[in-house]
Amino acid sequence: MKFEGLSREMIALRASREIPDGSYVNLGIGIPTLISNWIEGRDVILQSEIGMLMTGSLAFGENVDQDLINASCQPVTALPGSAYFDIVESFSMIRGGRMDVVVMGALQVDETGDYAGWANPARGLMGVGNIGGSMDLAVGAKKLLITMEHVTNGGQPKIVKELTYPATTEGKVDMIFTDLAVIEVTPQGLLLREIFPGLTPQDVQSVTEPKLIISPDMKEIEL
Amino acid sequence: MDKVYSSVEEAIADIPDGATIAIGGFFTAGVPRFLLRALIAKGVKNLTLACGCGPLVGAPEELAQLVKNKQLKRVIDSYGLYRSASKGAKDPFEQAVRAGEIELRIYPMGTLAERYRAAAAGIPAFYTPTGVGSVVEDELISNIEEKRKKKERRNILGKRYVLEYALPPHFAFVHAYIGDRLGNLRYRGTARNFNPIMAAAAGVTIAEVENLVEPGEIAPDDIHTPGIYVKRVVKVPRATFAITID
Repeated sequence: MKFEGLSREMIALRASREIPDGSYVNLGIGIPTLISNWIEGRDVILQSEIGMLMTGSLAFGENVDQDLINASCQPVTALPGSAYFDIVESFSMIRGGRMDVVVMGALQVDETGDYAGWANPARGLMGVGNIGGSMDLAVGAKKLLITMEHVTNGGQPKIVKELTYPATTEGKVDMIFTDLAVIEVTPQGLLLREIFPGLTPQDVQSVTEPKLIISPDMKEIEL
Repeated sequence: MDKVYSSVEEAIADIPDGATIAIGGFFTAGVPRFLLRALIAKGVKNLTLACGCGPLVGAPEELAQLVKNKQLKRVIDSYGLYRSASKGAKDPFEQAVRAGEIELRIYPMGTLAERYRAAAAGIPAFYTPTGVGSVVEDELISNIEEKRKKKERRNILGKRYVLEYALPPHFAFVHAYIGDRLGNLRYRGTARNFNPIMAAAAGVTIAEVENLVEPGEIAPDDIHTPGIYVKRVVKVPRATFAITID
């Protein structure tokens, strides 16, 4: 079952609203990277785990410098006030708890805030995969947001009762932003706070494995 | 103490079969590609390449050649495979990993950074929260089942941590923007990444530098890697390459 919902850019826009001014932020590969388009001009400083603070927009053409890439291997620009540093310094910031907000993509999230993102067993890689900085970022984040499509390409729920893919971390996810909904992970369970216009809570529930708690002030997603 | 070698071939001449070599760089940034090419030309085998974040994904021609020549026993990395499954399916390295011909050991990136830092600082092992709640806290992640050694855990002040060991390579290949004859190095932009800590962690560090200068030309305040960590310096051209891992 698949419903039409927000584009990847609009998921990123909605998630960007959850980042308070004055935050140091790290964005993962995929939809999270698109958030950088929506925070230009705001008082938010992007950290890139390759070793950079105050990362600017993507660089094109003459502005490309092969010694200046982000952690997704995209050429970037440096904003005034940027700093470069080595990997030990970078992960001291990350693991040491300096990231106010971390936004990651995910293959699955469960109702207790565990998430899986580093390995897809179906790819047949004999138990290995790309962890990158995801586990350090998850463990060190003051606030961990997940942006992803609500279901897989095949229509299977990605918000599940229990992870069937290898976990990245346990109990750390605070909020989930999908094309269909905004969901908060609470000690009582998953709280449905916002919904794509035109859908009912039952529609969202039908593509979500765990039971959703419908927020008393649930509303349509506003962009 | 002049550490300059006249060629990359000369700088790596004593690397034996079976060596563990740290490879600096993060995807395409700061990868010592000229030293990797010399390693291919030399043809030494049974190598362990200890990486940080995909320098071999960022140097695909060199990786393909190393795989083709059957020079690799093992790769250690946090992000050693293509992100895209379809591209990975055509990648000779991924095929060798699937077939168990090359061992791939995967760690979280910050844990790898700290494993090199511990080696550099004379610390044998450390406890970290990273990986708790995942398979990382249970066992070593490897495509070879016999290598999946169990890890030790410990509760410290009510929280769970996992024990990780220092990773001291025999050699390190690093890429710097400027170096002097004493081995003092300065990196550029985000090409710094794993290079300084690998330089400090390895027994013999070999630096390829885009600009070779005389002692004193890099101001003492501007040195990122002090020369004490660097045994050999070799001048290389500034290569241009495609910035992509897709």
